[in-house]
Amino acid sequence: MPEPDINHTGDPVDAPVPAAAAGTALLDPGEETAAKPRVSRRTQLLVGAPMLVGGLALAGFAATTALLITLAKVLLLVVGLLVAMNGLGRIAEAVRGKSVDIVFVLGMTWLTVLIGLAVLAPLLPLGNHNDATQGLYAPIFAEPELGSEYPLGTNNYGLDMLARAIYGARTSLVVSLFAILIGTTVGGLIGMVAGFLRGATDRVVGILANALLAVPPLVLLIALGTVLSPNLRNLSIALSLLTIPSMVRVARANTITFAQREFVLAAQAIGATRMRLLRKELLPNVVLPVASMGVVMVSMLIVAEASLSYLGLGIRAPEPTWGNMIAEGEGGVMEAHPFIVIVPGLCLFLTVFSFNLLGEKVQKRWDPRSAKL
Amino acid sequence: MTSESKSPILVVENLRTVFHTPRGDVRAVDGVSFELRPGETLGLVGESGSGKSVLGRTVMGLISNDARTTVTGKVTLGGVDVHGVKRAVRRKLWGTEVAMVFQDPMTSLNPVKRIGTHLTETLRFHLRCTRKEAEERAVELLTQVGIPEPKRRMRQYPHEMSGGMRQRVVIAMALACDPRLLIADEPTTALDVTVQKQILDLLGNLTTERDMATVLVSHDLGAVAGRTDRVQVMYAGRTVEQGRTSEVFAAPTHPYTDALLASIPQIENAPHSLLRAIEGNPPDMANPPGGCRFAPRCGYADTTCTSDLPLLQPLAGPGRSVACHHPLLAGAAPVGSEHTHGR
Amino acid sequence: MLRQFVLRVLELLAVLLLVSFGVFALLSLVPGDPAVAVLGEGREPSEYAALRDEMGLNDPFFTRYFDWFGGVLHGDLGSSLIPPVVPVWDRLVAAMPVSLELAGLGLLIALVVSVPLAMWSAYNEGGRIDRAIGAFTFGLLSLPSFLVGLVLIAVLVNSMGWFPRTGWVRITDDFGGNLSHVFLPALTIALMEMAMFTRILRNDLVTTLNEDFILAARAKGMPPLRIMVSDALRPSSFSLVTILGLSIGRLVGSTVIVEYLFSLPGMGRLVIEAASTGNYPMVQGAVLLIAVVYVLSSALIDLSYGYLDPRTRRARA
Ligand SMILES: Nc1ncnc2c1ncn2[C@@H]1O[C@H](COP(=O)(O)OP(=O)(O)OP(=O)(O)O)[C@@H](O)[C@H]1O
Ligand SMILES: [Mg+2]
Repeated sequence: MPEPDINHTGDPVDAPVPAAAAGTALLDPGEETAAKPRVSRRTQLLVGAPMLVGGLALAGFAATTALLITLAKVLLLVVGLLVAMNGLGRIAEAVRGKSVDIVFVLGMTWLTVLIGLAVLAPLLPLGNHNDATQGLYAPIFAEPELGSEYPLGTNNYGLDMLARAIYGARTSLVVSLFAILIGTTVGGLIGMVAGFLRGATDRVVGILANALLAVPPLVLLIALGTVLSPNLRNLSIALSLLTIPSMVRVARANTITFAQREFVLAAQAIGATRMRLLRKELLPNVVLPVASMGVVMVSMLIVAEASLSYLGLGIRAPEPTWGNMIAEGEGGVMEAHPFIVIVPGLCLFLTVFSFNLLGEKVQKRWDPRSAKL
Repeated sequence: MTSESKSPILVVENLRTVFHTPRGDVRAVDGVSFELRPGETLGLVGESGSGKSVLGRTVMGLISNDARTTVTGKVTLGGVDVHGVKRAVRRKLWGTEVAMVFQDPMTSLNPVKRIGTHLTETLRFHLRCTRKEAEERAVELLTQVGIPEPKRRMRQYPHEMSGGMRQRVVIAMALACDPRLLIADEPTTALDVTVQKQILDLLGNLTTERDMATVLVSHDLGAVAGRTDRVQVMYAGRTVEQGRTSEVFAAPTHPYTDALLASIPQIENAPHSLLRAIEGNPPDMANPPGGCRFAPRCGYADTTCTSDLPLLQPLAGPGRSVACHHPLLAGAAPVGSEHTHGR
Repeated sequence: MLRQFVLRVLELLAVLLLVSFGVFALLSLVPGDPAVAVLGEGREPSEYAALRDEMGLNDPFFTRYFDWFGGVLHGDLGSSLIPPVVPVWDRLVAAMPVSLELAGLGLLIALVVSVPLAMWSAYNEGGRIDRAIGAFTFGLLSLPSFLVGLVLIAVLVNSMGWFPRTGWVRITDDFGGNLSHVFLPALTIALMEMAMFTRILRNDLVTTLNEDFILAARAKGMPPLRIMVSDALRPSSFSLVTILGLSIGRLVGSTVIVEYLFSLPGMGRLVIEAASTGNYPMVQGAVLLIAVVYVLSSALIDLSYGYLDPRTRRARA
């Protein structure tokens, strides 16, 4: 690009403006990152690989060493895993040529594997997860050892921790997902009708929803736990009660906004019946926000279910859930055999974490308005 | 003009501001230079999005080099290299050396702070005076900017005042510590037409009284016309034309300036005559056209215009220059006679 | 203004009435015979029948509800089915202060930590510190409170021995002892709330910091910390107040769990014990009391919100 040197006003005097870049910017602009010029792929790979290996080594050392106190071990483990994750992210970036949300990828991988295992659990060659009499023949409190018969160890009844963790996932997922299904359907419908009809219906629904919200979620569950016998069906229904008020609120708010949009007014003007309006015009627009709220609430329900069974008010042992598995650590067991708590605890944390990641993404995509709050 | 003998208070040399965004680099200010002497008023004119606000903020140093922004070039304000010093030093200039009046008085006052606090906190911070002194001075300032019952107004919250009154408060706030340079960033755009003139006149009077240098930013050439000594026309982050205001108005040489002038409503025009709007939209600053930025919208453009970036070339007249391959001269006809740059 | 206030109060009363009804209805469905629960098994059927009659269990449902509700209005919530057979109200009154202290201290710690953390994070928007704080709080939010408690116990009690594992000393007996017993449970509660507050306040601050009036304050030469505190925090604090209201439900939940985890004699442990033994008058009373406290504090927060923000304050006056 020619830059004649005839300016007296002191305009562009330094190096030529790289305005030519305008011509080369044919790349999809969405793929560029906001940062200032980044390091090359090669460097990413060269930095990433040692970070991954070193981080894993550090974490492995921290997990197995007997030299350090607990606090130092935990810190070292976390640092090691973070470094490894950062390294993996760099490698992924180098391979794909653009930045990768490695945490999200790992989280979704975890969920996929977990759901797969939970679904296939009865078909898998898993150890004994709930038969305490059979457990008499197995070692109790066997330490976890990969490659052994009990890769994650056994509990005080000699039940296999791996099998229990997987069956625990089954319970957790079944209960929460059913609760969400009930909650989104019932809550969504009530909210839509309330938002569409307004008036007295709306007010009554509002007061009912507020009454349901007036009891803190866990306390409500405990109260229900006093009455209902803890099985999968009752738990799903109890948990769905926690989601209904939020679903009603989201569905109602969206119905109200959409009901005032032109296309609905237009449909009304050409004489569409109320039923038809609700079904054809409003439902499709309310479904997404309600569904995204559903995804967001999954993790809350998983925590609620785990809390309830931790308190001994949910599914009872020996049938495994993560909550009652963690409760087995009480009374000095956790101190003597930390893995009894660590195995289900980690499963619970990773699952809730992954669902939270998913919820955040989904809400940003499907319901950006409420994502802001 | 006496002001030309004084040494400049503000020197801007080849200033560039680039925002690194997910969409790519936005070159909001792309090589702008000018000087300003005490008592002088410079008009900065351009369409929405041409980079006027970013220029003003970069000149002050409110926008500076950080994780997402690159600023190059040099701004010397009262002898201080604004972008070469530490943040804390730069901050010392704000309020005392240079002050800014913002575009929208509805948003530039803190909704939960009383009017009085807005003024006194500045005074107390910079002048280290007592609360009582600050309050007296604040009342004085509010009187100067033409706010009736200043004592009562001091206790009000911004939402209790009209837009015009709020903008007066913003001006009082800017002038509180007697800055030597005032950057007024479209101070009247958000106001009613009737209030616009009052505010502009007020600004003009106050700056003349105090012998302040002023940068008056506007997208409206009409607002700048009688109130500035010099004018600089910006397009897509670049200066396309500059010179004495009267001369630029009398004989615009850049097709863009010409088009802007043509879009000012003229009183002498017939009541329902068509206003000539400029066709097309300003370029995407993340991906500006090669060559002259204005070429795609210009009726005079030819192949040189789309390939080579025109630089500022001096014309007759003090400080007059234009960045155009085919500057307009009286009677020149557009290339390709069926295209006109206006409507 | 007055009309709105009255409507709000009426709605509040309706909600509380509904809650009381729900609680009563639900717990009159308890499986098994309360008479058996009181007398134990193996008595004469006539004895059970007499007791049922005495307890009013044979009356129609609504009669029983109004009897019970009338009692409630006089502070009579019945008495515990399980020994020690004392009035439910007495147990609740003894347990309430423990829970309130725990929740209050937890909230306080959470606020004290989260406000500066959120400011720090927002000030470095998009930077390393911001991302680190974001990741940390996101992780914390994925930890159920009993896991947080267990981790803290593992590290601070078992490994360091800094705090007692269980037990309670009343604050009126021994302030220091009370503090050492309450601190770790309160910290457990605080961590969750802190993560939530930090994230929300940070997002709000980032929005506020992009407002024109912040730029205007910067252009006046005000120092960053001062702008953060006096210009940004105030407008943002309203949303913190709202969030405070929304978070009380979760706060109650984690208080319940933490009391159980650390064996503290509060409402939470009371209600869990009662629930697992089928001691329904106790559950009824506790749930009702918790609901009343919860609804009232939410309403109070709502009110204070309207009062704090000069924009709405003036608009109402
Ligand atoms: N922080 C930022 N990050 C990215 N791009 C920005 C940023 N600030 C401004 N821009 C872009 O820079 C360009 C110039 O904006 P600027 O606000 O200076 O325009 P303006 O001339 O003041 O317009 P207006 O008359 O509307 O105020 C616009 O394209 C805008 O989108
Ligand atoms: Mg602007």
